[in-house]
Amino acid sequence: MADPAFPVILPQGVDGIVVRFADRLSDAANRAALAFHAGLRAAPPPGMAESAPALASVFLRYDPGATRFETLAAELRDRLAREDFHAAPPPPDRRLWTVPAVFGGADAPGLAQAAEAAGLSPADAVRDLTARPVRVLAIGFAPGQPYLGELPPCWGIPRLPDLIQVPEGALVLAIRQLVLFANPSPTGWTHIARTAFRPFRPEADDPFALRPGDEMRFRAVERAEFEELAGEPEAGATCEALP
Amino acid sequence: MSALLVHAAGPQVTVQDLGRPGYLALGLSRGGAADRLALLEAAALLDAAPGQAVLEMAGMGGTFEAAEPTRIALTGAPMRAKLGKRPLPWNATHRIAPGEHLTIGPAEAGSYGYLAFAGGIATEKVMESRSAHLAARIGRPLGAGDRLPLGKDPAPDTAPRRLAVPDRFHGGEVRIVPGGQTAMFSEAERARFAATAFTRDTRGNRQGVRLAFEGAPFGTEGARSVLSEIIAPGDIQMTGEGTPFVLLPECQTTGGYPRIGTVFPEDLPRVAQAAPGAPIRFAFLKSEAASAAWRSEAEQLAALKAATQPLLRDPRDIPDLLGYQLISGATAGETE
Repeated sequence: MADPAFPVILPQGVDGIVVRFADRLSDAANRAALAFHAGLRAAPPPGMAESAPALASVFLRYDPGATRFETLAAELRDRLAREDFHAAPPPPDRRLWTVPAVFGGADAPGLAQAAEAAGLSPADAVRDLTARPVRVLAIGFAPGQPYLGELPPCWGIPRLPDLIQVPEGALVLAIRQLVLFANPSPTGWTHIARTAFRPFRPEADDPFALRPGDEMRFRAVERAEFEELAGEPEAGATCEALP
Repeated sequence: MSALLVHAAGPQVTVQDLGRPGYLALGLSRGGAADRLALLEAAALLDAAPGQAVLEMAGMGGTFEAAEPTRIALTGAPMRAKLGKRPLPWNATHRIAPGEHLTIGPAEAGSYGYLAFAGGIATEKVMESRSAHLAARIGRPLGAGDRLPLGKDPAPDTAPRRLAVPDRFHGGEVRIVPGGQTAMFSEAERARFAATAFTRDTRGNRQGVRLAFEGAPFGTEGARSVLSEIIAPGDIQMTGEGTPFVLLPECQTTGGYPRIGTVFPEDLPRVAQAAPGAPIRFAFLKSEAASAAWRSEAEQLAALKAATQPLLRDPRDIPDLLGYQLISGATAGETE
């Protein structure tokens, strides 16, 4: 059930607008943000420079020389009134990436801890995390870097107070989400698996492997297979179009 | 095609233009020059396009040479510049010839100095821009031995020009505009924010600068962290320790710290240029006042072009030039 206090349209600085669908993450609010963003891209309102979806909101940057906040806000209110974005279908042209991952071990020492917090054995934890695809809820923080979810409620484990350093390709978990790090980063999330996936390839024709709304599924592999796959295209990851 | 030879370079000399807008949805911040106004000033002085790539020199310059005669412009944080032994005034254009060594020393005030060439730096574009974005691992700092392609100066014999530039290199007052999370801070907290004398902390880079201050941490009425939203250069995040952090061009694109406001775009260069210890105060602008004050970069450039003047006297005739003119002087910021 959508919260009647939302969506809200707020100015952000002198050339930005935030459309907020919720103040906490839910599947419906994320779908709404992705669908609203897809609509803006397909038919940009006059003066819009850029649109970007976050977990449960959409940010619009506009040209204050071409339009005003009030004009744009009225147009956005119209769009919100015409369509229930919470019930909108997923954005078009989505893809599913299947990505080999080494769970636990020396490469990802947080797996046992995360499994225990979720009330699962490490083996059951890996089975659960690889049982189904997860959606790219948003891309952000670093180029191409996906926030994935939403995981079942047992994975609602908190962020840790102390930051650890993780390498690029690290898969980390907290608050019912996964993040696959594009760059070596400090993080308070728990490091559960290692991948060779590169979300950002500045040298490529399409530098971004993922779009918001795409899906990823992790395939558990042993260290030896992971190392063999290192020589394969995409290090063994595959990509297919979603219907 | 001419070339720029780098004989020596400070630790953070990078190629920058106006950046890569349009990739926010995919996690890449705009990047580009930390002080965009300096690029507009260089374009005005050289009568060139504002999107041309220049060298951004953080804190320290280097020694450079051009393979063909060209005009250059020196803008942004004033640095001690010499052509051979001859001192060059800042905020001006100069003609340089092959064989002449252009030496640019440390910043005398501010953080980011710029060296622009009339024909622009012509390195390969990555995603429609030549800007190094080190946080995204695009490009790299330059070093001795680097040779970069340089566009030809269309009019190398044009007489040098100068521009009188109001000081933005010692901190000072910065206008901010409310945003979607400003209301999370109580009115009292916002008033305290606007009344606080901040200084630019030693921690800062092209991703953002931390501000130091005396007094209690700034807090919101709710939680310290909120659901991540899109963030952009100019936004002022209140970090977990209650300290403001102003985002700059290489910032992350999503963030879960509450933002008390966003720096008015024309004032962001003042924040980027503030050296460690420089004083900064914030003044809230109402949305209507901000809209009325907003000028496009094209409008700013037109005004700068109209303000350029001939560099009348040969700098060789003015031995005390560096202390003499061109960089307009004392500021409110210095005396606070």
